[in-house]
Amino acid sequence: MTELRGFYTLWLREVKRYLRDRTRIISSFFQPLLWLVVFGVGIGSSLRGAVTIPGLTYQQLIFPGIVGQTLLFTAMFMGISVIWDKEFGFMKEILVAPVSRMTIFLGKMVGDSTDALLQGVIVLALGLALGIQIDLFAFLACLPVMLLITFGLVSIGLTIASFMGSLESFGAIQSFINLPLFFLSGALFQVQSLPDWMQTLARANPLTYGVDALRTIILGGTWQPLYPLYVNLAVIGVFDVIMIIIGTWAFTRMK
Amino acid sequence: MANVIETNQLTKTFNSLMAVDKLNITVKSGEIFGLLGPNGAGKTTTISMLCTILKPTAGTAKVNGFDIVKEATQVRKSIGIVFQDPSVDDRLTGRENLYMHANLYGVPASEQKSRIEHVLKLVELQDRADDLLRTYSGGMRRRLELARGLIHYPKLLFLDEPTLGLDPQTRDHVWRYIRELKETHDITVVLTTHYMDEADRLCDRIAIMDYGKIIALDTPTKLKDTLEGDVVIVKTNNPDALSKLVAEKMQLKKTRTVNGTVEITVRNGENLLPRIVETAAQNKIHVESISLRAPNLEDVFLHYTGRMIRADSGKEPHGIAAIQRRKIR
Ligand SMILES: Nc1ncnc2c1ncn2[C@@H]1O[C@H](COP(=O)(O)OP(=O)(O)OP(=O)(O)O)[C@@H](O)[C@H]1O
Ligand SMILES: [Mg+2]
Repeated sequence: MTELRGFYTLWLREVKRYLRDRTRIISSFFQPLLWLVVFGVGIGSSLRGAVTIPGLTYQQLIFPGIVGQTLLFTAMFMGISVIWDKEFGFMKEILVAPVSRMTIFLGKMVGDSTDALLQGVIVLALGLALGIQIDLFAFLACLPVMLLITFGLVSIGLTIASFMGSLESFGAIQSFINLPLFFLSGALFQVQSLPDWMQTLARANPLTYGVDALRTIILGGTWQPLYPLYVNLAVIGVFDVIMIIIGTWAFTRMK
Repeated sequence: MANVIETNQLTKTFNSLMAVDKLNITVKSGEIFGLLGPNGAGKTTTISMLCTILKPTAGTAKVNGFDIVKEATQVRKSIGIVFQDPSVDDRLTGRENLYMHANLYGVPASEQKSRIEHVLKLVELQDRADDLLRTYSGGMRRRLELARGLIHYPKLLFLDEPTLGLDPQTRDHVWRYIRELKETHDITVVLTTHYMDEADRLCDRIAIMDYGKIIALDTPTKLKDTLEGDVVIVKTNNPDALSKLVAEKMQLKKTRTVNGTVEITVRNGENLLPRIVETAAQNKIHVESISLRAPNLEDVFLHYTGRMIRADSGKEPHGIAAIQRRKIR
């Protein structure tokens, strides 16, 4: 009971902090907008439909990928809150509280994932505004899938941050992880058409399964999925569980 | 009565630095126990180990009967702490911080509101309770942290410099509340402080700590009695010369200069006043005034550590006290 209340309290804190940060919410429109409009339209018109999938514009193809990218970047960024809490001493207040480290980790992780999910929803809305078709069922189906994707990604960010002493070092490591995961997820292209070695890398990337799942839901029949949806979800689920175990361990040894 | 804290050779080193050195103390149930010591004495390190934030390098301790290493969770359930350093979330409001704490520490939902209102009133923050912490002044944040530490009525409460930076009026309220908590809820309190009057008025027993060791431990009254004497205070135009003179010619070893006055700890001080004035006159030192007072904890502290506690006085004492001090080490 105390654990459950602790979890809820920590979750609520992350969500409140996010909702109060107007600048972050407003600026979160900007990057996906650039990718979808400038990159999407730009590359799309240079390719003239040559390599893209019949029935899909390039912008439509990368849209689920950009949703995935937003989830990835936001989730990883959340690690900063751990360093922030350490810096401002609030971490001590949490760590000395009589709740287990697992609860602390889960509260923070699910709270941050909720924030990342909200960012994802903003991008979905942006897509609608740009004229990309998402029917209501697809929109709703995206929500739990996005949440599932963020659990593991947020856990990576929190785990790394729990080892880091400063914002600078966290920032450096973060960019080492963000870009490879993003580029190798097939967010900007079809994994099937890649050379073998790169396909292997892509299939080792958890985000690949997330992007594939989102495409299957958003693009429907026009998209040839890499894996069936249930396989995607199972892989993401296993990845989440592993990352949650590692994250809990990392929080247990944090001082 | 049972002991709430028992330490056994509790030790913490940071690389080669001995922060806490084989500490053996016991704190009894229901007492207010003070840890007094200059900056860097190891007070915070001791408290951090007792509340399971730091692992001891060697030795161990029991808090409420639980081992601080092996049973850390049970220890945490039974204690409360107000940290020396800031530890609030400045993006939340005062009230939100308090509710968060109440929830983390399992305060029954039905009691949360009344307890929170009570502590807010105590630190006089009712009007600002719904403002974000980042808009608070330093002293207001401190007051909020203090309020927070008092919400969950732990059996054992650690207060690391609880009233640092508070105005006298708020300090007064806080003292009264700490006493009240102790009496009505049977809470044991361990506090560190730099305010001697606070230690004197509040603590049942005081441990004076220096270089990671306890160098004196007793009730405030007994500690003052160990000085065996009164303090003579002489205002003069040449304090250094006078203190040297008194120490060497009159064989009064407990002589030092403090902020431009000479202080001498002696037995039967009243008989000595004329002799001091006389000796000064003979050596052409002008005495502006001379007075006598009972010793306070400040004197005790100086006696044991050879230093004044106030960071702002910043001076090592001159003369015999300092020399004695060096010999002791
Ligand atoms: N994390 C740390 N790493 C290295 N040294 C430390 C660390 N924490 C404390 N120390 C050292 O241990 C010693 C004791 O520090 P501590 O904070 O316990 O002193 P304190 O008695 O609380 O002093 P103050 O009155 O200034 O609060 C100091 O010399 C300090 O520099
Ligand atoms: Mg300290």
